[in-house]
Amino acid sequence: MSAVLQTRNLSKSFGGFVASNNVSLSIQPGARQALIGPNGAGKTTLINLLTGFLEPNSGEVFLMGANVTRLAQHQRVKRGLVRTFQINQLFAEMSVLESVTLSACERLGLGWRWWQPVERHLAALDAATELLATLRLLDVAHEKVRSLPYGRQRLVEIALALASRPQVLLLDEPAAGVPASESRELFESIARLPKDVTILLIEHDMDLVFRFAERISVMVGGALLAEDVPEVIARDRRVREVYLGEILDG
Amino acid sequence: MTLATLDLSPLRRGASWHQAEYAFWLVPVLAYFLFPKSLALLSQIAITALFCLSLDLILGYAGIVSLGHAAFFGLGAYAAGLLAKYGWGDPLTGLAGAGVVAATAGFITSFLVLRGSDLTRLMVTLGVSMMLYEAANKLTDFTGGVDGLQGVDIKPVLGMFNFDLYGRTAYWYSVAVLFVMFWLARRLVHSPFGLSLRGIKQNVTRMQAIGTPVHRRLMAIYTVGAAYAGVAGALLTQTTQFVSLDVMAFSRSAELLLILVLGGSGCLYGALIGTMVFMAAHHFLADLNPQYWQFWLGAALVLIVLFARDGIMGMLRRLPALPTRTKKSR
Amino acid sequence: MTIVFDGLAAGMLLFLISVGLSVTLGLMNFVNLAHGAFAMLGGYTCALLLSRTGLPFLLAAPVAAATAALAGVVLERKLYRRLYTASHLDQVLFSIGLIFMSISAAHYFFGARQQPVVMPEFLRGQINLPGLDIGIYRLFLIVVGLCLAWGLQWMVSSTRFGAQLRAAVDNPRVARGLGINVDRIFTLTFALGSALAGLGGALGIEMLGLDPGFPVKYIVYFLIVVAVGGKGNIKGSLIASLMLGLFDVAGKYYLPQVGAFVIYAVMVAMLIVRPQGLFGHSAAK
Repeated sequence: MSAVLQTRNLSKSFGGFVASNNVSLSIQPGARQALIGPNGAGKTTLINLLTGFLEPNSGEVFLMGANVTRLAQHQRVKRGLVRTFQINQLFAEMSVLESVTLSACERLGLGWRWWQPVERHLAALDAATELLATLRLLDVAHEKVRSLPYGRQRLVEIALALASRPQVLLLDEPAAGVPASESRELFESIARLPKDVTILLIEHDMDLVFRFAERISVMVGGALLAEDVPEVIARDRRVREVYLGEILDG
Repeated sequence: MTLATLDLSPLRRGASWHQAEYAFWLVPVLAYFLFPKSLALLSQIAITALFCLSLDLILGYAGIVSLGHAAFFGLGAYAAGLLAKYGWGDPLTGLAGAGVVAATAGFITSFLVLRGSDLTRLMVTLGVSMMLYEAANKLTDFTGGVDGLQGVDIKPVLGMFNFDLYGRTAYWYSVAVLFVMFWLARRLVHSPFGLSLRGIKQNVTRMQAIGTPVHRRLMAIYTVGAAYAGVAGALLTQTTQFVSLDVMAFSRSAELLLILVLGGSGCLYGALIGTMVFMAAHHFLADLNPQYWQFWLGAALVLIVLFARDGIMGMLRRLPALPTRTKKSR
Repeated sequence: MTIVFDGLAAGMLLFLISVGLSVTLGLMNFVNLAHGAFAMLGGYTCALLLSRTGLPFLLAAPVAAATAALAGVVLERKLYRRLYTASHLDQVLFSIGLIFMSISAAHYFFGARQQPVVMPEFLRGQINLPGLDIGIYRLFLIVVGLCLAWGLQWMVSSTRFGAQLRAAVDNPRVARGLGINVDRIFTLTFALGSALAGLGGALGIEMLGLDPGFPVKYIVYFLIVVAVGGKGNIKGSLIASLMLGLFDVAGKYYLPQVGAFVIYAVMVAMLIVRPQGLFGHSAAK
């Protein structure tokens, strides 16, 4: 079983501050894995390093066996490594349909087509509307993204990522800022993703983590503290110490 | 299939030609008959409108701030002038040649322009255009320097239409070129490529995260923008049979920014309307008192930035009667 | 060697005028292309005072600086403040508008020609050293420039105001949380920058000339100083200004054919290699 996403001694420092400390991580194909840890543990930095948003000081990243450490972000996306952002990164002035269609166009390699108008590119449009239907966003398809409530904007964020047909999906706190009533919907959409898509999820909501994850990795102070199935992690004393015994007590 | 159930007309509405657009393009035709004595001025308006269009492509759509766009205008102007002076007087191919020269320059400088922050970009674009200005200034043997390039001999358009003293040929020639280039630009901005430019302007981070080679897209549009500016410059040379040094001056770049902001950036028609309004105002007011004109121009710019940032098109969009390119919510 | 002194003196003037722009850019992240207009204001005020009143030069220059400072305060509070959060493009457009307004106003009140100025007695003439003739005016400029540079650096690093300024530059939100009146700091800094610019404009009439086109003529130089020296960096601005002054004077003397071309070319080349300037920090932004 070769790992679909793997890092070897990945390190990143900002001046004197060590954000990632020799992280060696290995994720299997089809995994439903969660990455947890206190604030400032370096989880988002790790995602940034994995996707190429940040350059590491040392170490390597492997995607489906290939060394992608030198590749730019967009090149990794083309190979199937896609992420969402903790704070929505959306196209505020576009409509929901336009945004997702844009993402689909990029995936289909239509980004250089300059002659035909967008709506003639049916493959992209179809893919986008299908996605909107799945995420129940059809009713706001023509609304400007910035006019949507936050929870639905978060769904657009996910839609943008899904439109890239990821093989490995990195979700950075997808439920952050989303009211409880809407986060259910969000997670159901994630759970419904095909089994061959590998998912790594950063989350603070332990409820969601334990319901979703088949494996959990714990990061503290820039380093990987532990990695195992949820039951083992829940009982791990070091992990409980880190969380001051608050959330994992149940 | 979900596609059947979703109403796509808001998306379509943008790409297909609106009634108001047809009406708009009747204006140049009407102008010919209404103002037969002012054809030289009207040609200038068409040329400047094309130049402004080029800036809208890079600034309004892709978000590249340039303080030196006149560099490409000037390069195109000199290219067309030199081509004509040294024997190649055919207008249309001269335009193409000038466009290629400007596009090449745009392509080369695009590498520089895309590095660094906003301030660096401002400096680099400004610096490059000033370098070219100085070069044109000093290479007097080549460019005529301050006195300008003379001896520009333009042959008839398509071998048939001579450039007459009334400026009729010049006018139709300029308007035709403007229309064709506008039409191409219009297709471009409604295409997936155009959509990706809007995406880049709104959120570069997101664009990278959906797999877009952002740098290459920006280089492409910058090159296209340079080509458009070059063609505009060439038009000026061909219709006036002269190249003056100020085609590359900073004031030309600054004025162009003003015109685009006045009209409203990011929608193509803003560039055209802004040019028309600005040049009409300039024609009537500037001669009265140049200082007065410049003062109120500056004041207008300050006021626009503070209170009417979307320019004329922005104000028009707020009128409920006119539908817009992208649907406003509710 | 006279060239060296000329270059240094010109550089000092550039420093005086540009340092305000550099600090403003570093502090408020505001691209103020109209900065030269404050220098122009100082120049015209000084010229006016010298010719209309009997005020001696050494008094007229500070008064000119004060006038520029006052203008700075008014404009900052009324206009500039509204655009701190605007895009750089908007700021550029705004400042271009101000440039147009100031140029036409200067034209209207003072005419298009160069403003003549008569240097006071004690600044005319030279000091003759073996192998070296130093113009007193040039020397004066260099000394004044160095004193002010040293004074500024001291103020920023050793006074309370300087500490507050540095805090506000680093993180305005946290600074506010600490009780620092960031708005007042912005205004004071802007006023200080404008005052220095006005002083530079006043002192530099003889060397840089003074006509309504001043803001546009020299804006590129000011921007070069800021770009090369690193925004918000006083020492960097000083070194960059001196370098630029030397380059420019030497260039005009030895290579008059080439003119300003070389300066722009070097600047562009440098920005390509080090977009953050020779002395700036490579910021994330």
